[in-house]
Amino acid sequence: MSLMRVSSPHTRSGLGTSQVMLQVVAATVPGILALVLYFGIGVLINLALCIATALVSEAAVMKLRRRPVLFYLKDASALLTAVLLGVSLPPYCAWWLPVVGSVVAIVLAKQLYGGMGHNVFNPAMVGYVVLLISFPVDMTRWVGPTDVLHGVADIDEAFSMVFGHMSVDGFTRATPLEIVRNHESTLLAQLYEAEPVFATGGLAGSGWEMVNFGFLLGGLFLLYRRLITWHAPVAMLVTLTILSLVFYDSGSSLSKGSPILHLFSGATMLGAFFIVTDPVSGATSNKGRFIFGAGVGLLTFVIRAWGNYPDAVAFAVLLMNFAAPFIDNYTLPRTYGHKAPRRATDLEER
Amino acid sequence: MSSVTERSSAKERRSARDARIIARDAKRKLQPGDFSGGIYPPHNKAQSTAEPIGQIPLAEDLIVPLHQHIGASAIPLVKLGQRVLKGEKIAEADGLISCPVHAPGSGKVIAIEPQPVAHPSGMLADCIVIRTDVEQRWCTLNPCTDFRSLETDQLLEKIRDCGIAGLGGAGFPSAVKLAPRGNWSIDTLIINGSECEPYISADDMLMRERAEEIVAGVEILAHLLDEPDNVLIGIEDNKPEAIATMRKAVHGTRFNVVSFATKYPSGGEKQLIQILTKREVPNSGLPANVGVVCQNVGTAYAVYRAVVFGEPLVSRVTTVVGEALQQQRNVELPIGTPVAHVLDCHGVERKQLQRVVIGGPMMGYSIDNESVPVIKTTNCILAPTWHELPPAPPAQDCIRCGLCAEVCPVSLLPQQLYWYARADEREKLQAYNLFDCIECGACSYVCPSSIPLVQYYRASKGAIRLAEEEKEKSDRARERFEYRKLRLAKAEQAKEVKRQARKRAAEIARQQNQQNTAPQNGSAAAEQERDVVAAALARVKARQASPEQQLARLQRTLTSAEHRFERIQKKLTEATASQQAQLRAQLKEAQVKLQEARDKHKQMKEQQADEEQ
Repeated sequence: MSLMRVSSPHTRSGLGTSQVMLQVVAATVPGILALVLYFGIGVLINLALCIATALVSEAAVMKLRRRPVLFYLKDASALLTAVLLGVSLPPYCAWWLPVVGSVVAIVLAKQLYGGMGHNVFNPAMVGYVVLLISFPVDMTRWVGPTDVLHGVADIDEAFSMVFGHMSVDGFTRATPLEIVRNHESTLLAQLYEAEPVFATGGLAGSGWEMVNFGFLLGGLFLLYRRLITWHAPVAMLVTLTILSLVFYDSGSSLSKGSPILHLFSGATMLGAFFIVTDPVSGATSNKGRFIFGAGVGLLTFVIRAWGNYPDAVAFAVLLMNFAAPFIDNYTLPRTYGHKAPRRATDLEER
Repeated sequence: MSSVTERSSAKERRSARDARIIARDAKRKLQPGDFSGGIYPPHNKAQSTAEPIGQIPLAEDLIVPLHQHIGASAIPLVKLGQRVLKGEKIAEADGLISCPVHAPGSGKVIAIEPQPVAHPSGMLADCIVIRTDVEQRWCTLNPCTDFRSLETDQLLEKIRDCGIAGLGGAGFPSAVKLAPRGNWSIDTLIINGSECEPYISADDMLMRERAEEIVAGVEILAHLLDEPDNVLIGIEDNKPEAIATMRKAVHGTRFNVVSFATKYPSGGEKQLIQILTKREVPNSGLPANVGVVCQNVGTAYAVYRAVVFGEPLVSRVTTVVGEALQQQRNVELPIGTPVAHVLDCHGVERKQLQRVVIGGPMMGYSIDNESVPVIKTTNCILAPTWHELPPAPPAQDCIRCGLCAEVCPVSLLPQQLYWYARADEREKLQAYNLFDCIECGACSYVCPSSIPLVQYYRASKGAIRLAEEEKEKSDRARERFEYRKLRLAKAEQAKEVKRQARKRAAEIARQQNQQNTAPQNGSAAAEQERDVVAAALARVKARQASPEQQLARLQRTLTSAEHRFERIQKKLTEATASQQAQLRAQLKEAQVKLQEARDKHKQMKEQQADEEQ
């Protein structure tokens, strides 16, 4: 009989790529629950639209590339991208926003670069930023959290906002980050008393803090499952904390917001545990991940404090994606038996 | 007085403190460290450790490869048909880094030829095949009751002569390892009983059953290395029985048994050194560079047998394991036993067998021919069923998750290496330290995309080595070419110089002639010149064959040309259409040649006739 000739090793651990992806998707559940609880079913509509579009786009491209469609859909990477984009979009936005965003994320940012594992930029963030730049008005209309609005849009209203002509304006409120960015000549303490989103919530704005807490929980799950390492998230959160502490200015009228606000508002936790940890477009060594995370934290704060956008995680991530190969070049680990770490371009420079 | 007592008590205190520090340091020394990375695959050791080390009936033919170790192949000493005794040397080491080979059984040499051997490539290599007899008589051995009475060189020679190569897996000639070159002072001898690969339990069983002999072997090794300060026997903590028996065996000696957490690949030489001494072997260096020599427990046992009994390495303990077998255990196998025979003796169910792996599931290689023999480094024969070790699913794209980097025991970035291996970027591969990869397979083991990473690294290493060899070759060729050009230029120059010198000499001579004997000697010079020409003509004529001979030769050419012409003509009449074209061309050729021969013949005859006249 003929025996198989195979290269070693002959055994493998059970974990597969699709399982990794699905576990990451599962880790977003607490965050999604908080989003639905505070912002209504608009979140679920966004998710459904994103997932459907992303899967169809992925399948279409695979068909065009003459690859086995099911094999590639099964890796669940498109699903994960769709979920991450879906939770970033404002609830009850027009249906074509998630659709356009997903197509851009999957086709432009992922497949045109060569598909899974080859994209230079984080696909979900590319989708988000394209929408944010192209449709700034629609993208910045966030509904207020339920306890501020005293009620939530029902299903009929939700669908007519997404697919019909009903305006979302009746429900929108400024987000905590917007409020703090635009506060002029008021002390933070006054602001917190005056604005209902702060008055009803804890320290970082009603709803938002719970959503961030949800994503933090999911992130801890990922750390526990060893699917991500601590380096990038910790570096990002620590940098953000330090910078916001420096510019807190004890809550004066010039304050850029408290560390708690920066950590638990906007997309901070989602970014720290689900976006910055994206292995494909991030730096690759642990040292590199640390630098990458710190860079994202820095840029996030800089743009939040002095830029034109109230939140900045997406921009910060994309900017650092540019820098990832550069970071990789200087952050090779020290190999066993070597005195010092090398540089990736060591031999070319000689 | 009181001050004296105070001082003395202070001294005592100091010495007590020193003793405490020494004791603490000694304890700390025995505290095993750790290496970065590593994986925790299922141990799978229980299957083969239930039974004691067994024996199987001798195979009909023993196939003994000449190359079972690292280094040059041994050179056969026996002839076809020769009778050999068990333990007789049948092949001699070729050079320093090589190993002799001994007959694992008595019998008759029936072949010395290339045979399939246990090699990942499935290649053939020279083997001596011995048809075993029933007698199985040993040759006379050369025992030694007190190894300390021997000189170091004699001991090393004995070990070398008994063909002992590292039994852990790599098979490096032990005598070479035990005589570290360069004046590295060796302060630590490590005996590797880690056996971190899943399934393999050969060292484990050896330690359980033959601990005393192993320790006796360690004594010899330590003696050879000039009694290093630390002698550490490292065993993974998943072998409690082995640890217990070894602890008992070393009782009363200064050797230490150190057990450490089970983690693959703790048995790698560099990793074990890191665990036990917290030292790192410098890259492209040897353990001796950090004062360490590492030997496998099996090697220690073989050294003991070799030195004390004079017994060459002709058998080894091998784990025979896998669900395709009815019986799974460790057996002592004569070197050269075909794997098929071993499997048959353990009730192999061939229908369930999907591959046979030599070595463990992490670093072993599969063979496609069951007739390959067991060699000195074969520590395991693994015969798994499909279900037990299923083939890898199709590889997906790398998502750079970095799990591989986390488990890499030498802190490489396997995901980047994979990337550059696929792109064949060799400079990048080397900058990412590809050649520090020990091919342990931890990265492939954890890869969620089931990418055969190690295979990529092996291929890249091979390609780079090949390219380097080729570059060296072409460099040498270029050097040769340039040297040749230089040499030719030099020769030309030398010629030119000579030519000039001659010219000048001739010039001077002519001038002198003209000056001295210008008027009267003109006719004499002319005569001299004529003489020279005549002599040259005569020489040419003498060199030529005589006219009769030339004529005879031409005659022969002519007749053979005629014959050939006739033959082709005859063939042409019988030939088929397709052959005719070719034959016609031949005929034409023959015709031309015939014509030429005739012309020449005629010319010659005429010439002769002229001369006669």
